[in-house]
Amino acid sequence: MSKAEIRSPLPGTFYRKPAPDSPPFKQDGDAVAASDVIGLIEVMKSFHEIQAGIAGNGIAFTVDDGDPVMAGQVLAEVEQ
Amino acid sequence: MTIRSLLIANRGEIAVRINRAAKALGMRTVQVYSQADASSLAVRLADEAIEIGPPAARKSYLNIDAVMAAARAAKVDAVHPGYGFLSENAEFADAVAAAGIAFVGPSAEAIRLLGDKVAARRVAAEAGVPTVPGSDGRVADVGEAREIAARIGFPLMIKAAAGGGGRGIRIVSSMEEFERQFPQASAEAAAAFGDGGLYIEKVIEQARHVEVQILGDGTNFVHCFERECSLQRRRQKVWEEAPSVTLGPHIREKLCASAVALARAVAYRGAGTVEYLYDEASEEFYFIEVNTRIQVEHPVTEMITGIDLVQEMLRIAGGAPLSVRQEDIRVSGHAVECRINAEDPYRDFMPAPGPVHELEVPDGERVRFDTLLYAGYEVSPFYDSLLGKLVVHGSDRADCLQRLRDALAALKIVGIATTVPLHQALAADPEVAASRYHTRFLEHWLQTVFAPVQGGREEAR
Repeated sequence: MSKAEIRSPLPGTFYRKPAPDSPPFKQDGDAVAASDVIGLIEVMKSFHEIQAGIAGNGIAFTVDDGDPVMAGQVLAEVEQ
Repeated sequence: MTIRSLLIANRGEIAVRINRAAKALGMRTVQVYSQADASSLAVRLADEAIEIGPPAARKSYLNIDAVMAAARAAKVDAVHPGYGFLSENAEFADAVAAAGIAFVGPSAEAIRLLGDKVAARRVAAEAGVPTVPGSDGRVADVGEAREIAARIGFPLMIKAAAGGGGRGIRIVSSMEEFERQFPQASAEAAAAFGDGGLYIEKVIEQARHVEVQILGDGTNFVHCFERECSLQRRRQKVWEEAPSVTLGPHIREKLCASAVALARAVAYRGAGTVEYLYDEASEEFYFIEVNTRIQVEHPVTEMITGIDLVQEMLRIAGGAPLSVRQEDIRVSGHAVECRINAEDPYRDFMPAPGPVHELEVPDGERVRFDTLLYAGYEVSPFYDSLLGKLVVHGSDRADCLQRLRDALAALKIVGIATTVPLHQALAADPEVAASRYHTRFLEHWLQTVFAPVQGGREEAR
């Protein structure tokens, strides 16, 4: 089993939840499909959904909710 | 009190603008900045700079405690809040005053009163300013709302009492839709603004957005004529001009007098803007709201009147009376402002932060580019996309548009996508040249005129 990285396509602020009082899109340990939304990036006051892009098990986020991220930065890892 | 030192509680192009105005008046400037803005132009220009927190605005530019700590540490005489962020936050104005520092703007009381859209509507009506047909203030429940909706007719707007700036508005076109949307709008307003209060207004179709610049020193009140800001996308202004060519002299006089009456009614101090919808067909204007701060588009007014609005705000905050009398304020020529944003107009206005490798700015007496950019600057993803405002003055509107086309061609921002091509297309558009537009013109134009151009370009690639 290998690990694959999910990277941010955009710079901005990463959110794991659709709204401040909602549960996260994905919990650590969840399985994900390629088309699953794993978070939002806020860039210049507009919000963009981030899809996993790859399928895998046991997602492990490497950034916290509300953290600033760079384009290309790893957001999470999954086991494949 | 003479202001000798000023804290600038903002960022971006307006912080640059305020720094320059304050220095022209001989003030020492202190710029606050977030960790993302350490290399900003405003920080470079200021005499001193104080870091106030992480990139997220709520932890820095919106953090009253952090901004106040900086103001106290720098021992400033005054604080200029700019626009956005804390500029219309009455709690912040209170905190500044409580620290014995001058707030560059109206009193916290006036901000509170005019910031409550329902209270502002009442003040306007009492001052004799026409308001859009709608509810007399907040509506208590869906039953009362239903009666009002039936009386004024559809389409109508459900608006959040605590909203403003185009936020917290829903348009509904039938009673069925109204009944479904009303409870949702209330819940959403409670979540977004901490106040679920709603009011109702009729939609004025094909309206134009006109607004009047006011100045007051608490005793004397003047207007600096109007601006027209009808070219909007998603309720955000894209292009503004002054004066509005759609107004006849008689309507202009009535409109501007109504804004002065409103300023007088609240003993206004500082610069403010009274916003209206103007129905060209009936020649009626209707009050929308008052913005108790400097506006993004203030330079078009400066261009046609020769008044430096930011310097005037600073003098008023220092206790000086207005430097101009109404009879001294005259309109000369025409001015247009284009908001240059870091957005890709060919990709649905996708935000485009990143490094700017080269910058070439058009020069000339009648051209002004108010910007946060310098060559080598990296545009941050954490704040809004406004890079600068290209403002051009001409002897009349046709001359102004010609100069604008030249200025847009000479403006080079290399490294990131910007809205310059959008403005080039607008400046060349016959409908825009004829001033035949209203507040819903631009979105339709983007789909029918601009989008086919975009498709053509993609094929050519």
